[in-house]
Amino acid sequence: MANPKPEELARIEYKPPKTGWMDTPAEIRKGMFCHAGKSKSLEYVGLPNPRQWTVMEEDWKLPENWQEIFIEGLRERVNKFRSFRLFLDICVRCGACADKCHFYIGGGDPKNMPVLRAELLRSVYRKYCTTSGKIMGKIAGARELTVDVLKEIWYYAYQCTECRRCSLFCPYGIDTAEITILARELLNLLGLNIDWIAGPVANCYRTGNHLGLQPHTIKDTFDMFADDLETFTGIRVNPTFNRKGAEILVVVPSGDFFADPGTYTTMGELLLFHELGLDYTWSTYASEGGDFGFFTSNEMAKRLHSKIYAEAKRLKVKWILGGECGHMWRVWHQYHNTWFGPMDFLEEPVSPITGTKFENAKSNKTVHICEFTSDLIKNGKLNLDKSRNDDLVVTFHDSCNTSRGMGFLEEPRYIINNVCNKFYEMPPNTIREQTFCCGSGSGLNASENMEIRLRGGLPRANAVKHVVQKYGVNMLSCICAIDRAALTASVDYWVPGTRVTGVHEMVGNALVMKGEKKRTTNLRGDPLPGMEGE
Amino acid sequence: MPHLEFEGQQYEVDEDGYLTDWQAWKEGMAQVMAQQDGLTLTSEHWEIIKFLREYFIKFQIAPMIKILVKELGKAMGPEKGNTKYLYELFPAGPAKQACRFAGLPKPTGCV
Repeated sequence: MANPKPEELARIEYKPPKTGWMDTPAEIRKGMFCHAGKSKSLEYVGLPNPRQWTVMEEDWKLPENWQEIFIEGLRERVNKFRSFRLFLDICVRCGACADKCHFYIGGGDPKNMPVLRAELLRSVYRKYCTTSGKIMGKIAGARELTVDVLKEIWYYAYQCTECRRCSLFCPYGIDTAEITILARELLNLLGLNIDWIAGPVANCYRTGNHLGLQPHTIKDTFDMFADDLETFTGIRVNPTFNRKGAEILVVVPSGDFFADPGTYTTMGELLLFHELGLDYTWSTYASEGGDFGFFTSNEMAKRLHSKIYAEAKRLKVKWILGGECGHMWRVWHQYHNTWFGPMDFLEEPVSPITGTKFENAKSNKTVHICEFTSDLIKNGKLNLDKSRNDDLVVTFHDSCNTSRGMGFLEEPRYIINNVCNKFYEMPPNTIREQTFCCGSGSGLNASENMEIRLRGGLPRANAVKHVVQKYGVNMLSCICAIDRAALTASVDYWVPGTRVTGVHEMVGNALVMKGEKKRTTNLRGDPLPGMEGE
Repeated sequence: MPHLEFEGQQYEVDEDGYLTDWQAWKEGMAQVMAQQDGLTLTSEHWEIIKFLREYFIKFQIAPMIKILVKELGKAMGPEKGNTKYLYELFPAGPAKQACRFAGLPKPTGCV
């Protein structure tokens, strides 16, 4: 299905329908949702109700007692998670969040106002879990859970990227992402996952990464990286895999092994580690930083995340270095210790190059690669030639999970400023904590839902367009693999001509290595500035 | 679930027309799928389809375009080892269209 033209898609109708939201049925429309999770993927990890079903068909093949399962599941979670109960109870519907959501801004559907999206579930909560809702029904904002209501909750739970921009503006601090997370968890009790999440979850459980890359595939891919790097630099990198006794285990999103432009980020990292002579290993099992289980249920998130520590223990490494990934850091930062407790078998991370102790990583023993690299730069350990990136006019997209999820703002900027000469920020209300989502996070970067992805990507793309016009920006940098995949499609549509890069790709370009040959190309094989025709 | 009709038999495909079981693939299916897309397969198409199948059997995933380009270049020279050539053969994209003809699933995740 061809997508509408940008000028058509940008004509957004913000006028709400005449009828109240409860009396306006959701219109499930192609281009806005992802395909249903496949039976075999659900079966593989033991998720409930595996079967073939299709979103556009009337019958979603729910279990007979689906209503009971959902309501019981809701009650259980309301009792278990105090935050969830609080977020359901305290919203005063002030609307501060309404126009903060990228899906609402780019689509105009009132049910994508975070307040209303949450209200879809909240109304069911009132009906079955509160006295006022039980007695007064609709007057108290309560409604019965019918099949249509369930479908509506599903439709909009997968039109939220859990980016939390809304929560930043909520005077009560309600985290709507958490409501979406739990709505998805409840939907999963009925087998209502999407294929783009269920597939990677099953793959990850089987092979250790979302793509289903097997050990020899990963090795073969790295051989190709090494070949390319040797062509560009004259230096042969020799990464090791599953090596016991290495000091550091490196874990990055598997998208960076497989999809451009993420692959160039991995290549940049390979050059950096080689130059440092770092005692590190990759793992073909802990070969995924991301965790699509996090978009499924708390339990599934735990199951998939645990492999990283199992592998760290098996290999007897001292600590873990994590790559440019988005939600991996949210999981590590916010959930990890509750799930697994302190990692006593690992050591507090210390950079072997600078001696810096990463105090912030004391408990989970995991350091972000941007922390690691900015510390190297700060201590003068890297020889960097910024001019190699002079063909780039760079801006930086903060990933929702690293910026809002863990307050990680300065390090990537510090690196960028040290590896390239031309860096311009997008407007302040679109970066740092207020960053706009790429539009496809939380497992929504499929192709069949391209319309909603492009709509959700509009606010970010619009800010990119601003710096393109004002400063001539031609490169959008980011530190997340979903970003790299999603923004590539989004800017290609809204701001054609702009490209996307990881921060460590630019590091790899600028890094002057011992014994390297005269570099004439960047890591993409394109001529370096001034080297055209050499 | 939609189906692909081939030699009097029905084969399961997903919503985007990808065969759900890559092992059920038969050579003739590629031509049927191509016809539905308004293409006629030539020996150049087949070079790619065969490469994709062989790669998949070895690695259990379709190759990224970079590998496809590189391997084609090695085997058949630079005039075939480039993205433009692949898009001329498979206008809907080598990753998507050619994989579908070859009966292979599309990769999922942060890609």
